[in-house]
Amino acid sequence: MITVENLVKDFGPKRAVNRVSFTVQRGEILGFLGPNGAGKSTTMRMITGFIPPTEGRVSVGGHDVNEDPIPAKRLMGYLPESAPCYSDMTVHGFLSFAAEMRGLHGSAREDAIRRVVGLCFLENVLHQSVDTLSKGYRHRTCLAQAIIHDPEVLVLDEPTDGLDPNQKHEIRQLLKRFGQNKAIIFSTHILEEVDAVCTKAIIIDRGQVVAHGTPAELRARHELAGTVTIRIQGAAAESVRTRLAGLGTAGKVTLSTAEGSVLARVYPRDKFVNGDLARAIAEVAAKEGWRFDDLRTEEGRLDDVFRTITQPDTTRRAA
Amino acid sequence: MTSESLRNVWTIAKRELVGYFNSPVAYVFIVIFLLLNGFFTFMLGSYFQRGEANLNAFLMWHPWLYLFLVPAAGMRLWSEERRVGTLELLLTMPISAWQAIIGKFLACWLFLGLALFLTFPVVLTTTYLGDPDLGAIATGYLGSFLLAGAYLAVTVMTSAMTRNQVIAFILSVVICFFLILAGWEPVTDLLVRWAPDWLVSTVAAFSVMPHFTQFQRGVVDLRDLVFFGSVIAFCLFSTSVVLRGLRAA
Repeated sequence: MITVENLVKDFGPKRAVNRVSFTVQRGEILGFLGPNGAGKSTTMRMITGFIPPTEGRVSVGGHDVNEDPIPAKRLMGYLPESAPCYSDMTVHGFLSFAAEMRGLHGSAREDAIRRVVGLCFLENVLHQSVDTLSKGYRHRTCLAQAIIHDPEVLVLDEPTDGLDPNQKHEIRQLLKRFGQNKAIIFSTHILEEVDAVCTKAIIIDRGQVVAHGTPAELRARHELAGTVTIRIQGAAAESVRTRLAGLGTAGKVTLSTAEGSVLARVYPRDKFVNGDLARAIAEVAAKEGWRFDDLRTEEGRLDDVFRTITQPDTTRRAA
Repeated sequence: MTSESLRNVWTIAKRELVGYFNSPVAYVFIVIFLLLNGFFTFMLGSYFQRGEANLNAFLMWHPWLYLFLVPAAGMRLWSEERRVGTLELLLTMPISAWQAIIGKFLACWLFLGLALFLTFPVVLTTTYLGDPDLGAIATGYLGSFLLAGAYLAVTVMTSAMTRNQVIAFILSVVICFFLILAGWEPVTDLLVRWAPDWLVSTVAAFSVMPHFTQFQRGVVDLRDLVFFGSVIAFCLFSTSVVLRGLRAA
């Protein structure tokens, strides 16, 4: 549904987005990650046709966003970064406006409003002025306008920003449900969200894509991904090391001892995250009669991966 | 224009109008407009002392009254969208920038038209006291409405240039002030001394005053209609250029 090819955006001498390419199909939810100022919002603005790219092209549902904007925009719903709303209107008035702009009039409009008011939990504030809404309500009001025409493509810039944990959870459930038959791109700072919602993720840094894959693939880039740790009570450290290092699937083994227990970390020979290594270790432990109280496979933590492949603002300034 | 684009223009215009009347802006504006009109017409314009059955004492102030009130009514049209960020929402909806520009312009123009319409007691007073030329009254109102439209188009343009309403207001007042003074002798005298004749007459041709007074006299000349029409068209076109530049920057 969404094809982005070699997208470039220059602001004066500064290159904000540098040759970004990806596709999102129907049924996919793409998480867009990156530090502040990495070019996430700029990319989304180009996808939605708000700003034209310096180079490259974006097509949505087969329509070039710059050459043939109206049909492309018709397919899209967009939640901009700061969730702007017309503050001089009521929530109902604002949603009616959004519906009419999308060609929904009369009873179709009222049905659409009723649907999104239910989905975004806006019943209590429907006739309140947007001015007087709390941040969470305002955010959901803007999200409601993005989905009012039940679009095939959703572009959401930080959809859970400023919401409380319950609301975050609800919005994630909503995204998952929508993701079954829509193409969704959303940006976020919250890495657990990627795990919870996305089918694919992109990490962008200083305008460039630095990682691209499923959340599991990204996690697998973690240095500890696939390692198995086991904590054994009352065993000799050296015999544990020799036995574990002797396993066919094991690579390096590190040990630490504390309060009479041995904590062993076994790196896999091939960097795969599956149960093989853990199973082999459990068998050895059973054979040797080790009393172990913890055995687990490390999946890798996205936030560590994120930190190692992107540069924080602070180091960038020095560079 | 197709019916769909007309519908989009109307949707945008309706939103703006609802915005005016949902906030105190509309009511404050109308009350001030009517009070000032009354003051200028009856006190400064010495309407009763003139003993004339026409609206000259009323209409002659409009270029000056609109000079401040029209920019005040229109300054928020685009600058507010830019400041709050709703511009991003508006321009990613399936409409063209033109539909948005025209919708906003029409909304504010209709609003100004409503304020102007509410001055009808002046007409009633005049017909009660004397036997005025109703045709001249109608063309006078038409001229006033077109003048408001020209000022408004200038304001729409300056409003798109900045996210600060105060700057938009000041810029449009200055430009409208130039449109009033361009043909005035002290201003043309300033040019006559050094500028070639064609420049003097070009600058003088920008003046709204001769075109506006024609309408007051009851004359509807095509040239005057073209003048106001082209000021409006030029400013709205400039607005579209400004908006495009804004997005491309």
